[in-house]
Amino acid sequence: MSQLSQATQGLASVPALLNRNVAQFGDKPAYREKEFGIWQSWTWAQTADEIEALALGFLEMGVAEGDFIAIIGRNRPYFYWTMVAAQSVGAVPVPVYQDSAAEEMAYVLGHCGAKYVVAEDQEQVDKVIDVQDQLSDFDQMVYLDPRGMRKYDHGKLHQFSKLQEQGRAAKSKHAAELKARSEKLTYDSTCVMLYTSGTTGKPKGVVLSNRNIIESAKNACEFDKLGPDEEILAYLPMAWVGDFIFSIGQAYWSGFCTNCPESADTMMTDLREIGPTYYFAPPRVFENQLTNVMIRMEDAGRFKRWLFKRYMEHAKKVGGKILDGESVGAMDRLQYAIGNAMVYGPLKDTLGFGRVRVGYTAGEAIGPEIFEFYRSLGINLKQLYGQTEASVFITLQPDGEVRADTVGVPAPDVEIKIDDKGEIFYRSPGVFVEYYKNADSTASTKDTEGWVATGDAGFFEEKTGHLRIIDRAKDVGQMADGAMFAPKYVENKLKFYPDILEAVLFGNGKDRCVAFINIDLTAVGNWAERNNIAYASYQELAGHPRVLDTIQQHVETVNKSVAEDPMLSGCQIHRFLVLHKELDADDGEMTRTRKVRRVIVADKFNDLVTALYDGSSEVSTTTEVTYEDGRKGSISATLQLRDAAVVPTAVQKVAAE
Amino acid sequence: MLDTSDSYVTEDGRTIGGVVMEMKNITLRFGGVVAIKDISFDIREGEIRAIIGPNGAGKSSMLNVISGFYNPQEGDVYYKGALRPPMKPYQVAQQGIARTFQNIALFEGMTVLDNIMTGRLNHMKAGLFAQAIWKGKAEAEEVANREVVEKIIDFLEIQSIRKTPVGRLPYGLKKRVELARALAAEPSILLLDEPMAGMNVEEKEDMSRFILDVNDEFGTTIALIEHDMGVVMDLSDRVVVMDYGKKIGDGTPDEVRSNQAVIDAYLGVSHD
Repeated sequence: MSQLSQATQGLASVPALLNRNVAQFGDKPAYREKEFGIWQSWTWAQTADEIEALALGFLEMGVAEGDFIAIIGRNRPYFYWTMVAAQSVGAVPVPVYQDSAAEEMAYVLGHCGAKYVVAEDQEQVDKVIDVQDQLSDFDQMVYLDPRGMRKYDHGKLHQFSKLQEQGRAAKSKHAAELKARSEKLTYDSTCVMLYTSGTTGKPKGVVLSNRNIIESAKNACEFDKLGPDEEILAYLPMAWVGDFIFSIGQAYWSGFCTNCPESADTMMTDLREIGPTYYFAPPRVFENQLTNVMIRMEDAGRFKRWLFKRYMEHAKKVGGKILDGESVGAMDRLQYAIGNAMVYGPLKDTLGFGRVRVGYTAGEAIGPEIFEFYRSLGINLKQLYGQTEASVFITLQPDGEVRADTVGVPAPDVEIKIDDKGEIFYRSPGVFVEYYKNADSTASTKDTEGWVATGDAGFFEEKTGHLRIIDRAKDVGQMADGAMFAPKYVENKLKFYPDILEAVLFGNGKDRCVAFINIDLTAVGNWAERNNIAYASYQELAGHPRVLDTIQQHVETVNKSVAEDPMLSGCQIHRFLVLHKELDADDGEMTRTRKVRRVIVADKFNDLVTALYDGSSEVSTTTEVTYEDGRKGSISATLQLRDAAVVPTAVQKVAAE
Repeated sequence: MLDTSDSYVTEDGRTIGGVVMEMKNITLRFGGVVAIKDISFDIREGEIRAIIGPNGAGKSSMLNVISGFYNPQEGDVYYKGALRPPMKPYQVAQQGIARTFQNIALFEGMTVLDNIMTGRLNHMKAGLFAQAIWKGKAEAEEVANREVVEKIIDFLEIQSIRKTPVGRLPYGLKKRVELARALAAEPSILLLDEPMAGMNVEEKEDMSRFILDVNDEFGTTIALIEHDMGVVMDLSDRVVVMDYGKKIGDGTPDEVRSNQAVIDAYLGVSHD
């Protein structure tokens, strides 16, 4: 591995990268955070100073090498420092989803045996205190925001800034030890441990080494030519691997600046103020933004609406081509330039994408129209395919080779193979070390040669060499007549409608498919307002006959489109219902990264699935819901079940007879 | 001046000081109507003091006497140990007493930030001309005031509506902005007139949390009027109960709850 170390100039850990950044870009901003209405910033030199103070504080607190330090909070510079400080004393940072309920947190903290917790505020501290009896290894806690904390027993509780003060005061005592510990870090030391959200079963702790993170970050930076002048907005959960790669891995490798929003609610304003050059968002964020633009355009004056429509049509025609560097006529270019001055530029600015040079989306399929919309504006939005176990990057779309239905070519240093069942395997320097305390799962996911099973089914397009993902391999099943059942394929088609937030398809082993649908409250609510439809609650709106009519039209259109593919025509939706509640991570129906947990949904709403199959026209049901603070309640509803027209497929009938 | 000899520490660890404001034999009349009749009570430093009572009991009138909006025909108000002569509301405000209103009194067309900045009025000394050219002292002053306001915005978690005109906000948030404006005056006594009227359970919980936090973090003395008994009993250290302009009870929530006169006033008995 000496060769690899050479490739990164012997920089074998994040603290080592920090030192290099201080030497190279000492006076450049490393972090910004909006607080008290102003962007506060820290240079690389100041960052190193803050991190050192905290690391010394950790030593004063008694942190030993190999201890786990859990971090619970939203994206703030202090927590990024905590991760690096933990690494420099030889401890392992474990970021935890801050919106987890106390019980979920108890599992993660208990599983890794976290001795220390760094929490954001009273709310998070209270959650940990609630479950501390279940945590035999837990010892001390640090909190950031002192509000409401004065009356707590401070025997084992420290304020972040005070801990840093103690660290600074004890510098002479611990400096040598700190230096020794950070110099001991190698490419094989653990960089971070991240818990996968897990669509099935308990979360698994993915151990990623410095090699995994640094090599992956380096490769991806080189792939997109990211330099020290990039700006990113860190707003995705810190416990998610993507945020770790972008805001720590790539930020430290390239030396660019990480900007943290003021609060979760101000993210859009902060995005506009910062104008990131490198941006990542899951498809949902792009969908929401597009929905908002369309809603606001409806409210605009007639001239503006005309202007918007006219130039968006032109952008649709040539915008993508210009972005891909294809040849476009001079007149078209001129018109596009005018459109850019009048519509695209101001719109991009409003959305906060005025400066985006490289934008990525991943995690779910993105609607082709949504994707094209952003690209036609001249935003270089691309797709990538990744996993926690791969330190994110498996495939990436190179500039100029971007399409809505593929996920790109293998990332640098990544090898991919596809087995005879269609499952995708990969091998790369980013491949995780192991699942913590779970040798069985490690062995079943990663073979001895280092190939990792993704659990996704896909294939390479022959012409372009780009990878296409079909579905989760385990979700792909067979219908009773032997036809292929690929739920995601149909669900994605449904979700591309702005008024459908989520869809779940059932039909594995059955003779026909049925579906649950979640409406998008913003889009449907706006529609209701325009059509003078009064509603008192989500539930009432979701059950409104006219809403059902609209959804039915969507379902039938999707059926037509599904029927065009002979392989998947069996997946047409025969019956559907609109759910009375939004699928929610607090109720366990989704993961914290908002992926539907199919099995749990099927189990929880078993009565509804049965009703869809037995032909009844309505069904009454009661569902338990969990509030954010962990309390439980229940909602009951009577749901209408609807039949949707399906396209008969001659081929299939012949096969069935 | 303040007698702190009988200060004590509450169960949850807050220090309640001596009497900071005392109302002695207050009587307030509007023509022939007696709104408040011979009421005496005191407010201690650092406590949350509630005034409760059925509709028309004279609670808001009492708050208006404290804030200087009404001058009582009889009785005396002592503030920090000294007799307070009849005053205009702005003079009372200059003494460090701020309030919110039952029926929200914000500038609807102005942003949240500007509304809260108006709460800093008593802390701005620069003249009209200096503020107009916005140089030197006026600028420094505004920056300093903005800092205080931003801390309050952070405290009440309203960053996302900083630049939103108040008229576009829902009711619950308007109430929060009003609280923010009162806090911007950095008052020593905060008067809240029905801070939770018309709110849903969640909004009430939030507001209760903020009231407790204000009291806890800034040590602000709070006098509040509230209808929701659950909220009052949970929040306050001591409660005054009024009925038909008279005081019928005064004490800790537990004492008041078991007071027969209070039970009668709330559950209703024939007045014979």
